[in-house]
Amino acid sequence: MENVVGQSFYIKGVGVYESVEALNRELVVLGIESTAHTYGVGIATSSGHIIVNVNSVYVPIKGGIHPREAAEHHSKVSAETLKKALEKSKLNVKDDIDGIAVALGPGMGPCLRVGCSVARALAYYLDKPLIPVNHAIAHIEIAKLTTNAKDPLIIYVSGGNTVIMAYSEGRYRVFGETLDIPLGNCIDVFARELGLGHPGVPAVEQVARKGKKFINLPYTVKGQDVSFSGLLTMALRLAREGKHRLEDLCYSIIETAYNMVVEVAERALAHTRKRELVLTGGVARSRILQEKLRKMCELHDARFAVVPDEYAGDNGAMIAYTGALALKYGITIPLEESYVKQRWRIEEVDIPWVKR
Amino acid sequence: MENRRGRHTVGEEVIGIGAEAILIKAKLYSFTVIKKVRVPKSYRDPAFDELIRYNRTVMETKIMIEAKALGIPCPSVIEVDPHEGLIVMDYIDGPRLSDILNKLRRSHLGRIFYTVGKYIGKLHENGIIHGDLTTSNMILHNDTVYLIDFGLSYYSHQLEDKGVDMHLFLRALESTHYSLSKFLFDKVIKGYSEVIGENEANKVIEKVKEIRIRGRYVKERRKAKSNLRHKE
Repeated sequence: MENVVGQSFYIKGVGVYESVEALNRELVVLGIESTAHTYGVGIATSSGHIIVNVNSVYVPIKGGIHPREAAEHHSKVSAETLKKALEKSKLNVKDDIDGIAVALGPGMGPCLRVGCSVARALAYYLDKPLIPVNHAIAHIEIAKLTTNAKDPLIIYVSGGNTVIMAYSEGRYRVFGETLDIPLGNCIDVFARELGLGHPGVPAVEQVARKGKKFINLPYTVKGQDVSFSGLLTMALRLAREGKHRLEDLCYSIIETAYNMVVEVAERALAHTRKRELVLTGGVARSRILQEKLRKMCELHDARFAVVPDEYAGDNGAMIAYTGALALKYGITIPLEESYVKQRWRIEEVDIPWVKR
Repeated sequence: MENRRGRHTVGEEVIGIGAEAILIKAKLYSFTVIKKVRVPKSYRDPAFDELIRYNRTVMETKIMIEAKALGIPCPSVIEVDPHEGLIVMDYIDGPRLSDILNKLRRSHLGRIFYTVGKYIGKLHENGIIHGDLTTSNMILHNDTVYLIDFGLSYYSHQLEDKGVDMHLFLRALESTHYSLSKFLFDKVIKGYSEVIGENEANKVIEKVKEIRIRGRYVKERRKAKSNLRHKE
């Protein structure tokens, strides 16, 4: 992708400050996450030691995530979350922490701005470098760390993303993704419209366990890409018509949507011939999806690993850890340039810390 | 594997486990053939599994025969049994393009991708969308490129579908051969426009651009959308 805007953003390569020393030394970074419904503060080291991970999740009373209300939640809990994380870590913030990392995007603008403001203030007040972290990259890095994967194919599924990617030539490259709405979003909206509650994935899955009959729904795989909007529209239409049991509909939407993801994952695995597959993101908690992918990996003799539940959803620790990796390579951003980036694709980010 | 159809084959040897099918190399009389078997997947509901395997086997067979008739180098269908998800076809001997791409000279690559562009143009002109254009699905045999795996192919004359087909090919090039991708894709476009005409090709290229910015978190999206609105 030819995307020039915002690419010169980084100070590239090693040697911006204390290069040699920084490369050999263990760095401790405090990370702040606020891209969507979670406000999180984590502290982690560059070698992958997670010191604390404190998160506060905004749960809408009704409907989906409203960006403004989520942002209000974040500003309310920000001080308390930060305090709790620092107390728990028993670190001296002035001496022990080498940098402040923040998820600058992608995500919802109002939410991002809360975390970014806090991070900027901290960096300025403590005179520490500010490290820009891409939220999606953080999901990848925490998954690789916790599953001990070296060069995996990564399936990132959540309420905001459905992407299949792998590392190649300095960056994570996208092999397949959704052409419209993400997997989590599809199931969430289905659940919400039928009054099954939020978050929708566990709710729909629970009902789906009682389903027996498979109903044919739109199954859209285009090469390595998937599309969920037709599936959602059709499932909702059938639900309103009321001709089918809700259990069967839930079973069928789950079955169809997950099969699409597993199929493109399988294609990517066959195409890239990777030996490992790692599942990450909020929907990684789904036992049904895990089971399907595990069975698929067995067919291809690939190792299947999934990020632990604690680090599946958005969290501060993943931002801290990815920030620490970036800081090792001198990736920082001047405060006055640290705008939030609601749109920030995975392929735009240089990954100097992955060695081949 | 039960050997109901294609029962005269001998010396079977599994040469590949693809995403949805197992490829078995075997001898049928004096021919070397490939048996492509869409095996049931344990992770799917059986009713769903049966349906998808049947439909795809029928569609793949139809389109392979038609592509062959259009003069596109691809395997010939010898036998088919959709209930078993089985297609028996010619064996194309040679390396996959993805495996030897880095070893070939630039000028040679240019020629190859120009030809590939022509093939795609020919398919699109006749309303066939390959659906899975990657360098792993191209085999170099006696200096001729063979298109294989029509497993995701379908019929369509819509610009959108042609655009998606091209977009997927471009993305496959970018994700596996990043540094060469622009050069290669330009050659593809050259061959493509020669077949379907500059005008039509430009429309498809415009569509590819539009599809790209439809992706999630693409920065130009908002700007491009407002530009489009201005044009209207």
